Amino acid sequence: MNPLSNYAFLDESSKREIRRATLKAISIPGYQVPFASREMPIARGWGTGGLQLTLSLVGKGDRVKVIDQGADESVNAVNIKKLVSSTTGVEVTEFTASASLIQSRHRIPEEPLQADQILILQVPIPEPLRLYERSEAATRKLHSEKEYSGAYLILFEQIMRYGRVSTGADHPVMVNDRYVMAPSPIPRFDNPKMDSSDALILLGAGREKKIYAVPPHTRVVSLDFKDHPFEIESVEGRCCRLCGATGVYFDELQDNETGETFYQCNDTAHCLSLMNAEDGV
Amino acid sequence: MSDARAPGEDWVLRTNKLSKQFGDRCDLCRSVDPSVLERNFCPKCGTVYALRSVSFDLYRGEVLGIVGESGSGKSTILNCLYYDLEPTSGEVFVRDFEEGQTNIFSVSGQRRRHIRNHVLGKVYQNPVHGLRMRFSSLANIAEKLIAAGNRTVGDMEDRARNLLEHVNIPTFRMKEAPANFSGGMQQRVQIAKALSNNPPVLLLDEVTTGLDLSVQAKVLDLIKQIRRDFEISMLLVSHDLAVVRMLADRTIVMLNGTIVERGLTDQIMEDPQHAYTQELVYSLL
Repeated sequence: MNPLSNYAFLDESSKREIRRATLKAISIPGYQVPFASREMPIARGWGTGGLQLTLSLVGKGDRVKVIDQGADESVNAVNIKKLVSSTTGVEVTEFTASASLIQSRHRIPEEPLQADQILILQVPIPEPLRLYERSEAATRKLHSEKEYSGAYLILFEQIMRYGRVSTGADHPVMVNDRYVMAPSPIPRFDNPKMDSSDALILLGAGREKKIYAVPPHTRVVSLDFKDHPFEIESVEGRCCRLCGATGVYFDELQDNETGETFYQCNDTAHCLSLMNAEDGV
Repeated sequence: MSDARAPGEDWVLRTNKLSKQFGDRCDLCRSVDPSVLERNFCPKCGTVYALRSVSFDLYRGEVLGIVGESGSGKSTILNCLYYDLEPTSGEVFVRDFEEGQTNIFSVSGQRRRHIRNHVLGKVYQNPVHGLRMRFSSLANIAEKLIAAGNRTVGDMEDRARNLLEHVNIPTFRMKEAPANFSGGMQQRVQIAKALSNNPPVLLLDEVTTGLDLSVQAKVLDLIKQIRRDFEISMLLVSHDLAVVRMLADRTIVMLNGTIVERGLTDQIMEDPQHAYTQELVYSLL
């Protein structure tokens, strides 16, 4: 632990301000609470929102896990873990079940989260209506009046263009039947995991200076049309080439020499724990 | 006639003493005497009186023309009616909203949206204001349907295709964004959008200004046809007297934020009473 740094990098009043915004976000599910996003030692757009949430929450007894695109060992995840552990001395882990704070970009872990865990998602664009309306003042008014035809219009336009909803990630959701929320760029596959989750889900956008939340056991419904119901990506007929798992979210890889396509678990920790179980570790 | 309402009571939109000013007002222009104003602004504080106590009724199925020079307040009326501007004072009642008993400026933002989406349609002079240029034409029309609560893609697509066909947009271009269209086509998409929810009242703001003559004729034809097919009441703002003469049953002449003359369109064109109207009619080429 670096003795020259504040505990968890940020000074105490900054952490308190972030925690206050977080509390407000939890009390109004899906509502974007503005906060004074700090300069961080990583660039904006690289997870500063999530990092500030993590640092404001981390305590002595916590175990932190960081995922980037499902992987625990990608550069961004490793760097964030290093910063957290060098300024707090808390343990980092790769095992989903043993982590108390999980900061993630692009995925919700395959293993169901527990009531004593907090999932922190990094968000690039927190405003689900941004594509429809550029002005922040205008989108705030739309939220306050629960006027969400813009969110549906974006989906309608995709159906007109491509014959189906084409949101690869960040498919908008209605939270607690009040606010439409951008779930961060998680695949549609992960959207249903937000509904009535046992764990608290926090979302932080550092560049856009917003924090919002889905409290445990909150109703989260993905937006859809009557004749185009919401569907998750189909993973049928695929299995992981390492652990043999089915029904999980996969990375699609290609062998450069043979041109053969194969699939592998996107959640590396989940893959590892399945392989360990096989070997009786 | 099955309608038991007394003649003169069959209005669909009633505007009562609508006023709009831009500026803080001073002691001089607060006095009731309108003669202190220089044209439509106060010489002392510069407050602009865009509308001064304008009242009129729009009847079922009629086209009411509003003419006047630039800055006379024509468009300000439509902007207030469509909530693009908040009037300073005055009341507006719409027959299809709570039986015409409630002033539409006294209700919440959510109910205002309801009125905009169910009772009114507006066609702007500049299509940029009425359309989402980067969304497809079909989606543009669906926007109003979605806002009115429709959640079935198939229904909305059918309705949008029908309307676009009605305004002569070729089928193979319906999925294109209006940004790729010519001005006349954009204007026709805008008209289709305004019609999407069968509004009883259509607001038309200089719809043909800036279009070339042959395209103008097509748009005017379309408006005539819509009026015949759907029996919609229309407020038609134009500084082009020829357009008003062709479409409007009755006409209001505006000058400096007030109505200076009103009557049957033919009457106004043939026998103008007010000095300004005379000037206007005789300047018609």
